[in-house]
Amino acid sequence: MKVSSFRFQIPVKQLEHHAIVMAPDTRNLESKRKKSHFWTHNGGRGLSMALIETKNLSKEFRVGFRMKRVLALDDLNLEVEKGEIFGYIGPNGAGKTTTLKVIMGLIYPTSGNVKIFSKDVSDINVRAEMGFLPESPYFYDYLTAKEFLDFYAQLFSLKKKERTKRIEELLDMVDLRKAKDVQLRKFSRGMLQRIGLAQALINDPQLVVLDEPMSGLDPVGRSKIRNIILRLRDQGKTVFFSTHILSDVEMICDRVGILVGGKLRASGNLHELLEDRIRSIEITASRLGDKGIEQVQRIAKRTTIRDERVLITVDKKEDEQEVLRIIRKNKGELISLIPQRESLEDLFMEELLSV
Amino acid sequence: MMRIKAIAINTFREAIRDKILYSLLFFALLMIGASIFLGTLTIGEQMKIVKDVGLAAISLFGVLIAVFVGIGLVYKEIDKRTIYNILSKPVSRPVFLLGKYLGLVLTLIIEVALMSGVFLLTVFLMEHSIDPSLLKAVLLIFFELMVVTAIAILFSSFSTPVLSGMFTLGIYVIGHMTADLKLFGAKSGSGIAKAVTEILYYILPNFENFNIKGKVVHQIPVGWEYISLSMAYGFMYILGILFVSVVILQRRDFK
Repeated sequence: MKVSSFRFQIPVKQLEHHAIVMAPDTRNLESKRKKSHFWTHNGGRGLSMALIETKNLSKEFRVGFRMKRVLALDDLNLEVEKGEIFGYIGPNGAGKTTTLKVIMGLIYPTSGNVKIFSKDVSDINVRAEMGFLPESPYFYDYLTAKEFLDFYAQLFSLKKKERTKRIEELLDMVDLRKAKDVQLRKFSRGMLQRIGLAQALINDPQLVVLDEPMSGLDPVGRSKIRNIILRLRDQGKTVFFSTHILSDVEMICDRVGILVGGKLRASGNLHELLEDRIRSIEITASRLGDKGIEQVQRIAKRTTIRDERVLITVDKKEDEQEVLRIIRKNKGELISLIPQRESLEDLFMEELLSV
Repeated sequence: MMRIKAIAINTFREAIRDKILYSLLFFALLMIGASIFLGTLTIGEQMKIVKDVGLAAISLFGVLIAVFVGIGLVYKEIDKRTIYNILSKPVSRPVFLLGKYLGLVLTLIIEVALMSGVFLLTVFLMEHSIDPSLLKAVLLIFFELMVVTAIAILFSSFSTPVLSGMFTLGIYVIGHMTADLKLFGAKSGSGIAKAVTEILYYILPNFENFNIKGKVVHQIPVGWEYISLSMAYGFMYILGILFVSVVILQRRDFK
């Protein structure tokens, strides 16, 4: 077998999300960054501050005839920083939608507060720079796509000329130009989701809040939404979205928050969250020589030799360093070093079960 | 201002695409037309019947439209969660409510104009002239409908459509009998009953203020002072109701 077939042995999912070939020193840098708590690193776009900040946010609902108290959000402290894609994940009923509604001013907190752009959420002017897509949105059936967007554009007091321009741009962006004169009742689920997204972006907002933007969509629809979200980040926007589709989060988010039972169980940079949870490390080296291979075999959990190359699997960080040292000593060549992390799903299930 | 206008026009657009509106309008026009045949049953009083039935049709179907379309539109906005999209824009809740209300009023203007047009045409074809005081009656009916719409909005801002419909129609009926209510209380001899009926008399709208149908039909003159006073009353009442609706909506969590 050739070298390339090693790679195929690595699960495809891992390749997509974690196949980062790292030199040892970049790792150290990462762990240094982790220490700075307030100023958080976000996907390489420098330091920034919180656009959304909730402080000790709690929300209590009274349900049923006897007005039983239900705590939907429990002392939530969440920060979403400028320029990042933040994935807000949690099982159904965890309080994700409630959080989003508090952020959009649709629900009032029972205690604690929410600041957006450092202003209180009750100030309706903050929403001039925000866009929101509710969960499984329903829109006015009898409006055409264009009329629909025009209505929301008017709510921002945009002038006719600006509106027309913006609507054209958005129809292109969400790939609905052909359907612009079709009434919304004839739209498919995926199209509705995209026109909903266009509606959320009508004011070219700095902060976009999306509630389950990918639920109920087919793979093509999901990938379209993902691409739009990535494009928004490229434009310097901040995207905060809730979901329970973990693979979407792994693919596009810079940071995640895991909400279970109204409490934030974990939050942080996706890679950092999974950093400490390395299951094994796979090192590929070549020209190691028989002596080198022998030395390596003593520490490694497993070694596989293919022609010139050796695939070495180790469990611990110390072993990794030791293997690297052996490679250097024997003048071997390091080809790749791939940490096999736990997936977000493992982390998610752990948090869920620990409640 | 542009926001209120946008919401109002959107509401109007939705209302005129609603099928309930057309079926109610159809029956209203049918009733106005049928009044001609009903009139032939009487001797010499045909015109009185035509006018009486015509004005009653405008009033009754106007109320039904105001209640069903009004409640439907506001409730649907909350139930179907389209309100989330609106309130997540820089639109305050009072602006939303006012826009909705004005959109419904716009719908009312169109339908009252349509019904009155057919009614006046009927009268003109039969009498070859139109008594201008018929317009006064229509004007006050319109004000009555605006008050009913405001009440419909008030209830639908916190209740379900069926309950809101019942409440609004109930208030409409009682509102036509508040004077009787007060009299009943005064005659009952019980202090509590008197106090309660007195309070109700002042809280509930007095829809009889808008009812000059009988006088107009019997050609008893109604002065402009009365008309303007009734209009002012209606206007104040609407403001009060909308204010209460805003207070309720402002505190509401959209779960």
